[in-house]
Amino acid sequence: MIEFLSQPWPWYISGPLIALVMFLLLWVGGNFGVSSTLRSICSISGAGRYSSFFNFNWKRERWNLVFVLGAIIGGYIASTFLQSEAPLALSKATVEDLSQLNIPFHGDIAPIELFSWKSLMTLKGSFIMVVGGFLVGFGTRWAGGCTSGHAISGLSNLQLPSLIAVIGFFIGGLIMTFLIFPLIF
Amino acid sequence: MKYIKYLFIGIFFGIIMTKSEAISWYRIQEMFRFQSFHMYGIIGSALGVGIVLIQLIKRKHIKTYKGDVITIKNKQFSISRYLFGGIVFGLGWALSGACPGPMYTLIGNGFTVFVVIIASAVLGTFVYGLLKRKLPH
Repeated sequence: MIEFLSQPWPWYISGPLIALVMFLLLWVGGNFGVSSTLRSICSISGAGRYSSFFNFNWKRERWNLVFVLGAIIGGYIASTFLQSEAPLALSKATVEDLSQLNIPFHGDIAPIELFSWKSLMTLKGSFIMVVGGFLVGFGTRWAGGCTSGHAISGLSNLQLPSLIAVIGFFIGGLIMTFLIFPLIF
Repeated sequence: MKYIKYLFIGIFFGIIMTKSEAISWYRIQEMFRFQSFHMYGIIGSALGVGIVLIQLIKRKHIKTYKGDVITIKNKQFSISRYLFGGIVFGLGWALSGACPGPMYTLIGNGFTVFVVIIASAVLGTFVYGLLKRKLPH
């Protein structure tokens, strides 16, 4: 059983399970939208003194912080007890494109050369992590949701605003990948 | 104890995100370069099943386990906030290779430096709160 679960999960298993997570959250009285936790953390840290946007009853959304704590634990369980021996099956074309940008691929889930504490001490590494995180946090609140809130929850509810947001996600992602990456790497 | 169910659903979510490789910076690059069906398959099949589940909730009036009505808020219509906010999000998504769910999950995967990325995302949310009135919505 453990061996079976330790293989990489195909998309047609993972996708429906993510929909099940959305359903379970609604069924227990919550909803599926991870980026709301970033606003809660702002409020808890006292951001309400600077903007009324953070004066909301974050205690009513404490459940979402517990949910993301679970996500951290789930990441630990999966990487410790359900680890796959096989390298990530990344497409050859991506490996080639990235090697032209001098981004190595050794079969890991992320380039350790870029996402490590050591890399944080370099100009490039800190730029990628600090700016990348900032843009995600700023953009997700402006757009009123992230991948979970718009691409899954919103589109599942056939919301046109979520379709516009997801189109925006892709415009931004393509600009970064094809126009800005060649300048950074 | 009323939160324990959220903890378990979160653990389930973290395992799915890890085993599906949706937390992978490489998979996100592959997606934006249109070089694999993998991420499109995940998001597409989540969406297909999601649409059915939401329709079931609405048409069969499925309630929460406590018997409360499940209300799914409709999003207020606008173009600028979703488009511009979405573009900013997409820039960050491709650069960091992670949206908020994977950011948390990656910490559990041993990429502890993601606490810095999350802190930075919190800062981004804070600056949005400061500038909110000046931005088109």
